[in-house]
Amino acid sequence: MELKKLEEIFQYKIDNEIKIEPKDWMPEAYRKTNIRQISQHAHSEVVGMLPEGNWITRAPSLKRKAILLAKIQDEAGHGLYLYSAAETLGISRDEMIDQLHSGKAKYSSIFNYPTLTWADMGAIGWLVDGAAIVNQVMLTRTSYAPYSRGMVRICKEESFHQRQGFDILYVLSKGTKEQQAMCQDAINRWWWPSLMMFGPTDSESANTEQSMKWKIKRKTNDELRQQFVDMIAEQVKVLGMTLPDPDLKWNEKTSSYDFGAINWDEFWNVVKGNGPCNKQRLNARRKAHENGAWVREAALAHARKQKEKNKAA
Amino acid sequence: MKNFITKHFYGDYGEIEEGGVSNKNEQNIAWPLWEVFIRSKQGLDHKHVGSLHAADAQMAIENARDVYTRRLEGVSIWVVESKNITASNPEEAGELFEPAENKIYRHPTFYKLPKEVDHM
Repeated sequence: MELKKLEEIFQYKIDNEIKIEPKDWMPEAYRKTNIRQISQHAHSEVVGMLPEGNWITRAPSLKRKAILLAKIQDEAGHGLYLYSAAETLGISRDEMIDQLHSGKAKYSSIFNYPTLTWADMGAIGWLVDGAAIVNQVMLTRTSYAPYSRGMVRICKEESFHQRQGFDILYVLSKGTKEQQAMCQDAINRWWWPSLMMFGPTDSESANTEQSMKWKIKRKTNDELRQQFVDMIAEQVKVLGMTLPDPDLKWNEKTSSYDFGAINWDEFWNVVKGNGPCNKQRLNARRKAHENGAWVREAALAHARKQKEKNKAA
Repeated sequence: MKNFITKHFYGDYGEIEEGGVSNKNEQNIAWPLWEVFIRSKQGLDHKHVGSLHAADAQMAIENARDVYTRRLEGVSIWVVESKNITASNPEEAGELFEPAENKIYRHPTFYKLPKEVDHM
C-alpha cells in the first residue's frame, strides 16, 4: 500500500476513536513519540521507587512499613506494564534501560528532590501521586492501545497511593505541634515541584500540539495542572494546612483557582540534571542494574541447562 | 489460494528476532518475552493481560503472579513465549473477516417473527 493511503487509514482511526494496535501501520513520528513518552513514564515509575525506598526501614509502624512496601511494589509493577507497552513499538527493554542510564531518556524531575522526613511520604502520595493520577486518568484514553490498557490497570491501583499519602498527612495534622509543623513543611517543599510535573506551559511545550492531534494526549499541560490545583486547594483545607502560594485565590469568573507563577528556571535546571538528587538517583539505578547482571546471566544459564536436561531425558 | 495467515509475532518484532531482543551483543543476557494469560475466577476463560521477561516458564509464572495478580486478579496463569504466537495480519483483516460481514442471517435479529412467538 502506498504511504498516503496508509496515512489516511491511520488518521481515520484516530479521528474515529479506533485505537492503534502494535501491528497496525503508524507514522514513524507517532511511533517515536509513543516510545519516548511511554519509556519516560516507565523510567519515572522505576526511579520513583528510590525516594520512598529510603523510608521503608524508618516508617513509624509495622502497618506503615507494610503499606509503603506494597506501594513501592506497585510502582515496580507499573514500570513493567509500561516497559512492555513500549516494547510493542519495537524497542527492546535493554535499549530503554541503557537510555535511562546514559541520560538520553528522561524521567519525571520530581524524583530528583530528596525525602527529608516521614511527612514527605505523605506529601508524595497525596501531591506527587495525585498529580500523576490526573495525568494518567487522561491517558487511559490515549490512542495507542497497549499504553491505554496499561494506564487502565495503573489507575485502578494508583488511587490507594494517593489515599495512603493523604492518610499519613491527616494523622500528622491531628498530632503534636512538631508533627503539624513537619506536615506543613513537607507540603511547602513538594507543592511547586508537583505543579511542575505537568510539564512546561502550553505555549512552551514542544510536543503538545502534535500529541493532541494524534490523541496521545487529550488535555494540555495547563489544563491538567489547573485540574490538579482545583482539587488540592480544596483538600488542603481538610488538613488544616496551607499551600505555599500567596497568589492562590478562588476565581468566581473561571470557577477555578488562580495560582502564582511557577519557577521555570528551577524546572529546566532539574531537567538538565542539576537537581538535588539527579546524580544519586542515576547512580543507584546503574548500580542496581550492574550488580544484578550476574543474576540475569545465571538465571538464563540455568534455564538453558534445564532445557537440555529435559531434551536428553 | 491466497494464504491469509502469515506468521507474525505479538508486538512489532521482525520474524528473525526473538521477542524483545534487538540488542545483538547483549543477546546472551536478555531474558525472552512471555505473554501472560489469567483466569480471573473459576468458570471464566484465561484472558491476555500483558507480557513480561523471564528466563524460563517457571520464572514467567512467578513473575506473572507478582506483576499481574497482586490484588487477587487471578486463580490460574498461562504463560507462552511471545515468539510462539502466530497472529493474523491487520492489513489483511478486511479480506479475512469479510465472509462473516455479509451473512447477517446468522443473527437472530434477521428474522422478524409474528408477535405471538416474538420471544423465541
